Amino acid sequence: MSTSLLLLIIALIGFVAYFAGRARSLAESGNKLATLHSLPGYHGSYVAIGAVLPAVLVLAAWLIASPLYVDSTVRSALPDTVQGQGDAAVQLALGQVKAVATGLNRLDAAEVEAVKTGSANLRETLAAKGVALAGEGEPYMVEAAEQFNTMRGYSRWLMSAAVLLVAVAGGLYAIRNVTTRFRARNQVERVMLGSLVVASSIAILTTIGIIGSMLSEAGRFFSMVSPMEFFFGTVWDPRFAAAGSEGASGQFGLLPLLGGTLYIAFVAMLFAVPIGLFAAIYMAEYASPRLRSIAKPLLEVLAGIPTIVYGFFALVTVGPFLRDISTQLNGLITGNYQNFIQAQSVLTAGIVMGIMLIPFVSSLSDDIITQVPRALRDGSLGLGATRSETVKKVILPAALPGIVGALLLTASRAVGETMIVVLAAGVAARMQLDPFEPMTTVTVKIVHQLTGDLEFTSPQTLVAFALGITLFVITLCLNIYALYIVRKYREQYE
Amino acid sequence: MSEAAVEKALDQKMNTVPLKMIGKDVSVYYGEKRALFDVNLNIRENTVTALIGPSGCGKSTFLRTLNRMNDTIENCRVTGRITLDEDDIYDPSIDVVELRARVGMVFQKPNPFPKSIYENVSYGPRIHGLARTKADFDEIVETSLQKAGLWNEVKDRLQEPGTGLSGGQQQRLCIARAVAVSPEVILMDEPCSALDPIATAKVEELIHELRANFTIVIVTHSMQQAARVSQRTAMFHLGNLVEENDTDKMFTNPDDQRTQDYIMGRFG
Amino acid sequence: MTDVASPTVRVSTRPAESRRDIGIKRRYAAERRFRAYGISAIVIGLFFLAVLVWSVVSKGYTAFQQTTITLPIEFSEKVIDPKNERATDTKQLMTANYPVLVRDALVKQLGIDPKKRPLVKQANDMVSDSVRTQLRDIVVADPSVIGKTIPVTLLADANIDSAFKGQIDLKVEESKRKVKDQQVAWMNQLAEAGVLKKSFNTGIFAFGASSRPEAAGVGVALVGSAYMMLIVLVLSLPIGVAASIYLEEFAPKNRLTDLIEVNINNLAAVPSIVYGLLGLAVFVNFAGMPRSAALVGGFVLTLMTLPTIIIATRAALKAVPPSIRSAALGLGASRMQTIFHHVLPLAMPGILTGTIIGLAHALGETAPLLLIGMVAFVVDYPGSPLEPSTALPVQIYMWANEAERAFVERTSGAIIILLIFLVIMNLGAILLRRRFERRW
Repeated sequence: MSTSLLLLIIALIGFVAYFAGRARSLAESGNKLATLHSLPGYHGSYVAIGAVLPAVLVLAAWLIASPLYVDSTVRSALPDTVQGQGDAAVQLALGQVKAVATGLNRLDAAEVEAVKTGSANLRETLAAKGVALAGEGEPYMVEAAEQFNTMRGYSRWLMSAAVLLVAVAGGLYAIRNVTTRFRARNQVERVMLGSLVVASSIAILTTIGIIGSMLSEAGRFFSMVSPMEFFFGTVWDPRFAAAGSEGASGQFGLLPLLGGTLYIAFVAMLFAVPIGLFAAIYMAEYASPRLRSIAKPLLEVLAGIPTIVYGFFALVTVGPFLRDISTQLNGLITGNYQNFIQAQSVLTAGIVMGIMLIPFVSSLSDDIITQVPRALRDGSLGLGATRSETVKKVILPAALPGIVGALLLTASRAVGETMIVVLAAGVAARMQLDPFEPMTTVTVKIVHQLTGDLEFTSPQTLVAFALGITLFVITLCLNIYALYIVRKYREQYE
Repeated sequence: MSEAAVEKALDQKMNTVPLKMIGKDVSVYYGEKRALFDVNLNIRENTVTALIGPSGCGKSTFLRTLNRMNDTIENCRVTGRITLDEDDIYDPSIDVVELRARVGMVFQKPNPFPKSIYENVSYGPRIHGLARTKADFDEIVETSLQKAGLWNEVKDRLQEPGTGLSGGQQQRLCIARAVAVSPEVILMDEPCSALDPIATAKVEELIHELRANFTIVIVTHSMQQAARVSQRTAMFHLGNLVEENDTDKMFTNPDDQRTQDYIMGRFG
Repeated sequence: MTDVASPTVRVSTRPAESRRDIGIKRRYAAERRFRAYGISAIVIGLFFLAVLVWSVVSKGYTAFQQTTITLPIEFSEKVIDPKNERATDTKQLMTANYPVLVRDALVKQLGIDPKKRPLVKQANDMVSDSVRTQLRDIVVADPSVIGKTIPVTLLADANIDSAFKGQIDLKVEESKRKVKDQQVAWMNQLAEAGVLKKSFNTGIFAFGASSRPEAAGVGVALVGSAYMMLIVLVLSLPIGVAASIYLEEFAPKNRLTDLIEVNINNLAAVPSIVYGLLGLAVFVNFAGMPRSAALVGGFVLTLMTLPTIIIATRAALKAVPPSIRSAALGLGASRMQTIFHHVLPLAMPGILTGTIIGLAHALGETAPLLLIGMVAFVVDYPGSPLEPSTALPVQIYMWANEAERAFVERTSGAIIILLIFLVIMNLGAILLRRRFERRW
């Protein structure tokens, strides 16, 4: 019985259970609803839950446990010669056995017999049925595969029987509880509350998943490359080193990437902060409600545009524009028509990222500024200060902590931004200070190391996780500190 | 017998009226802070009991212990014993939902659901399974609105939102909504504080009529209102029950000095 | 001032020179400068928005037109199946030399001498290489066309398409451009004959990935994106709402819930690429789900969208006044009933607005999808979320990396399609907010 069919049957049982529970509660009450503790619908749901929930739990547990058990049994039954070759070989053999097992199911009895006696080539027979085998099959594999198939078959039948039994038993047990005074609603609501708790634990699980997966993969990376080399290395060259030269696997220096990341983020902030901040001040202190209601959403459109669009904008518009204008400038000044800004450069990526960040700065700062209490404003204006003096001398100092928090949040965005730098910053990992030259970032390299064919054993792939955890830690610190500042600031004026 | 004579006779029988709810040594804590100190107060059947006292004296807190609305406040702890008929309402075996179906509540600010008038009134009966057919619901809605004296004003617009009514009408809708569940006791937490004098008069009249079928406990900060609507009055001060007495006696010749001071307006 | 007529009314005066100098002029100049900074900041921001939109639209609007050539194609049996094997050999119809049919038709149409090889080749370069599959599909679908002559509308090659749209500067030296003078002449000749013309480009919505710009479209990517949006919606809305209800209505206020709160706010600010790493490590590597599958992409985007939805939902729940809760509780509704009958319906507009905005973000997200292998070259429509597929923004990324000029047009066109979807979603959110916004 396939899993989906089983699920369908469980659902049907649940459906029947619902109506049975409902009907029983009505019968118990003699059709007088008021004598029931809970409405009939709750009794129905209670019985349905009693039938479905344990059955589904058993099913899930079985689906997880059974393959583990079958695998280990089949593995221990493999010939000693294979067992002696170490874990990798056993794993490989097990994989082949499973492939053979899939193939055997597609053969008819005569073909199975032929394969078993060796009169037909295993690999070719299976290939004809669309199952590709990694190596030449060996006779013991057919046996192991048969064992595998029988065990799986048993497991399936046992599972179906167990699950259906649990469903029916659960439903019967639940329906026996249904009486007029039975608190079905409370029971149903406890299950609901349980599912709410499970849902909210997903947020925690995500964080655990992020940290756990990156730590474990990065740990594997650090077992091949020393953390010192990674964190303090100044050369990024992850290709396999030429045969014979010392060091088997290239160099993984973080510093050039980190330098590029911070440099580009710095240029972007340099661009976005003045514009965003002045826009926010004007919007909060000067603009008429009408202007505000038009300009604010329009600026926020910039935040809604996907970053891939910014990346494309940088690639085909801003980059070439900067290159051409530098050619012209150079020509006018020195007579040598040679561009000094590369199309892909720190400046290109920085400017475009800056445009993307303007709405973040402006709307975060706007919120902060408008939270400054009116009394402070009135106090200053009442003394005869002009508006700009009020802003500069009273409001900005009062809002400063909040604004710093907002800027840190923005900086964390800049550091973690990917698509713009992938398309506009370049791929050359080097340490230099010329903003007109290309540099590369942590995020670019994560993308590069992980696109294409992957094998999860080489440092070339695993380094991405080390980069990822570096990025995560940097942004985490920025975010937590910024959120803390902003929260403190809010509480101050609440 | 004239109506006044009936009233008089009723009031005299007051001491023989059975007790609907009994509060014994009731204390309430909000975290570390104690808000009520061993209050012993009984609520008599088919009587309007008024709880008075200066703000922050614990009268609303006590009212909320009577249907366990305090449960919704975090860190709130109730000790002592409160019974409804024979049942200890803080007993773990008591289902708080069932309790609240027996002890209904009307709040300070009118808070109709942003749904139609009809749905406002029929919601309670629906969740408690008090009716099954449309006709049953129609009947409950009509009688409840009639009991709340609102039927004539809204019978042509039952499908319009309850929030569209005037403040006084909204409060009477909330009373109708509470009545529809057929509770035994109705708690009212300053039901007129958000209303104008005319609307207040209507609600007070309504309370008067409801007394025949329900036991009513009302918190009010208005001495006059307590005197007008209640038969029994309890005076709270700083979390203590100062005095409990027949309303007439309370307002003419109170036993406690503090009650006298409060009624005379020396503090509050 | 002493000779004022009325003795009762006197106006006090002070000569101007005796007033204190508080630098009014200088201060107002500073005020004006300050305002000017503010206005110019807004103007600069809006200017960039305009440049960005203009840059995409001006490059991309032409992508919605495509040049086609309609030729009478003779499905000659001699070319398709010279030995009449198609009844026995199924591969015959798949591997036949279909481009020859097109070449012959074109040569005939233009009146070129078939023996002049270079000329024939130039003519043949004017039609897309995709004609092979196009004609094959026609024949396979209905083998009875063999031997007949039918007019077929073929895609023009990308270079001819560009030239016909006037995007190629014909003043440039012939050897430096991809379209030769002879081809331009033929193009004009065909256009005059009404054979070659521009029409609405349905292909861009229908085709999948292709190395030839004229045969590339976002159809396959749209299906992938649709799968993912469906998964994100189905998972993140219920989970997000359930989590918010627990945190807002049930969770006790303690260290743990504080931690969850900080955690969720932080998750909302984690770089999206980190979610890609998570998806790769957990879903693909650990759980063994297929790479490039829309299912995994949907999971990753769900995790990414959840914090947004939770934050929006909690705000919406918080905005429902406590008096509604007391009202229901006072009537004897349980807390679950209170929430599901009253609070949640009232919070729904806010929740849906947040959800749409979260979905819009997910729709435009690229980086995490690159990591879980959705940068695949996918030609066929994925039949299920488990099959390899790609997404609209990823398709844009892949085209942006192509060197050919015609791909710039396609990329911009795809961006326009993406932006239109986003505009529709955001307008929907705004309308929802306007329509159902309730002030308490």
